[in-house]
Amino acid sequence: MTFTRRRFVKTAGGALALSTVGVPLRASAQSEPIRIGLMTVKTGPLASGGIDMERALTQFLKEHNNTLAGRKVELFVGDSAGVPAQARTKLQELVERDKIQVLIGPLATAEALASDDYIRQQQLPTLSVAAAEDMTQRNPNPWFVRGTSTSSQSAQALADYCYQTLKYKRMATIADDIAYGQEMCGGFQRVFEDEGGKIVQKMFPPLTVPDYATYLAQQKTNIDGIFLGFAGSNGFRWYKQFNEYGLKGKVNVVGGMTAFDEAVLRNMGDEALGIITACWYSAGIDNPLNKKFVTAFRNEWKYDPGFYAAATYVEGAVLEGALIAVNGKIEDKHAFMKALRGIKVDTVRGPVSFDVYGNVVGNVYIRKVERKEGRLVNTVIYTYPNVSQFWKYEEREFLKNPVYSRDWPPAKNLEN
Amino acid sequence: MQFWIIQTLNSLALGGLLFLLAAGFSLIFGLMRIANLTHGSLFMLGAYVGVTVLAIVPNLWLAALIAGVSVAVFGGLLERLLLRPLAGNALGQVLVTLGVSFIVADLCLVIWGGDPIPLTAPSSLQRPLVIGSIAFPAYRLFVLGVAIVTAIALHVLMDRTRLGAMIRAGVDDMPMARAVGIPVSKLFTFVFCLGAALAGAGGVIAGPIMSAYPGLDADMLPLALIVVILGGVGSLLGAFVGSFIIAFIYTFGSALLPDLAYVILFLPMIAVIAFRPRGLFGRQIS
Repeated sequence: MTFTRRRFVKTAGGALALSTVGVPLRASAQSEPIRIGLMTVKTGPLASGGIDMERALTQFLKEHNNTLAGRKVELFVGDSAGVPAQARTKLQELVERDKIQVLIGPLATAEALASDDYIRQQQLPTLSVAAAEDMTQRNPNPWFVRGTSTSSQSAQALADYCYQTLKYKRMATIADDIAYGQEMCGGFQRVFEDEGGKIVQKMFPPLTVPDYATYLAQQKTNIDGIFLGFAGSNGFRWYKQFNEYGLKGKVNVVGGMTAFDEAVLRNMGDEALGIITACWYSAGIDNPLNKKFVTAFRNEWKYDPGFYAAATYVEGAVLEGALIAVNGKIEDKHAFMKALRGIKVDTVRGPVSFDVYGNVVGNVYIRKVERKEGRLVNTVIYTYPNVSQFWKYEEREFLKNPVYSRDWPPAKNLEN
Repeated sequence: MQFWIIQTLNSLALGGLLFLLAAGFSLIFGLMRIANLTHGSLFMLGAYVGVTVLAIVPNLWLAALIAGVSVAVFGGLLERLLLRPLAGNALGQVLVTLGVSFIVADLCLVIWGGDPIPLTAPSSLQRPLVIGSIAFPAYRLFVLGVAIVTAIALHVLMDRTRLGAMIRAGVDDMPMARAVGIPVSKLFTFVFCLGAALAGAGGVIAGPIMSAYPGLDADMLPLALIVVILGGVGSLLGAFVGSFIIAFIYTFGSALLPDLAYVILFLPMIAVIAFRPRGLFGRQIS
């Protein structure tokens, strides 16, 4: 069939006529789909976690038949490449072009900080994965909830475990020299030293350091253990070199929530066995929701979900809980925000609720690397229930201190 | 004392690694006058090809060889198909290499995924070498050895063969080299392939230390740049000396003044540019 001008005019005219008919039939806002934005990282060095974020959220929505609280949902995905400026641009695109009504993400602290103003200005309910402490502490964003954790939330619990249970007295810390690493080490140091321990060595290699040899050569061995505050692949690279230098067995290694993530473990061997880490999640958590999630994720992708996959899956459950509480009326932003912060919901990480700053109060798990069914897993060996971002400190006292950094809390016990 | 010995060994090993990376970069820069910004990507591509080869045959030598050859082919195609049409347009060529580096980075992500993948060192080199109270990874000494052998081989190629003489002539005075009948065009392709092969094989050799991961390209490229600017463009000796200077500065700098690790790394480069714009061993380029 040839497409003549006449036919074109007819077709176009018909389409036009149809669309004018369509307008009066347009459904009310209630039955329109809810537009969910996911800001993640699908290219660049952080892509491994970012892709997991999308996979898990897609799985969550599929399991709910793309319907939350009785309303259809549509997912729009933005890729920030982990670059803060691009996160800001992509977010604007999601809001202005795709008209998203709620945001899940972003992944990295710097991206969250870069988007902070815009989120306030647009009054966009945001369920963050990024850990930036002050976004729920000294400079809280009213449109922000975080169902994962702050940087130091798990590290503070781990410090307690190291001192009380493992009986470590002298420790070192090493972390990426970025806000996330500094905040994690700060939290670890504060709790460990307040309980009576001593941090005798602190190291902050640059995020993109090609080689950890310099730092390993300085590694003190007359200590009980070292805390790793690495993100992404750095913990894995450090630990490999740690073994090459024959330090394994001389110094115990404990890690923060991203140091020996499931994503890292799947490329490691027996050298990782026995390492203890703290995180708000583990694929090994024994609850029915998690078992279902892990089984389905494993079947689809052939590996265990870790930190990032669990993050969006948890945020999905939080979103669903809040939508149910407001009967799906996401259009009333203030009511929806209130519901988001007020809910208590069961998720794959256990029960989740929020403090007045929008940060999660939830379990922190102490995990140990073991081999099960032929693969390395983070087995839960101890649970700290309902951990707050302020640990056991009084909230107002906590907020009077500066945010955790390289220099706070001050290191008084360093040895040369 | 132990600190100084280990850090010196560390510096030597890192220097060897940097030389494998920077030698090719320097040759390409010197002959073709373009900063090949895909060099980091070629290094990463080599590491990833190594990963695939090692998954089939657990032999690091074979992996380095195959990675070197395949990255050389890739480099040759890049030179012939993309850079050649832009001959004479240095800025355009640099931008193309930058664009290709992004494409390679994303292709690697699609093919090999985003997780870091370790390359396994030969089992005989996996154990640390223990002398008295000092433990040092045997593999790093091996890397240093590889770098020295490579340096000698390149030196012989450049200083003792007809091909090397032609390349040197091309670096020093290209119009004159053309005038006396040296096939500069073919030399371009050869040098580009050679540089790419060195980077690709270097990626595999560095693999057991650094692993293959997205972002490896961007981590390595600035180091190659610093070494070459410090040592002098197009000079093999410059790349060699520059690699070890940077390695020593970097290792001791980040050990003694950790907060200033990057300042210390780039400071000598700025000083050299200010006082010796051609680098330590760079010659007048026409």
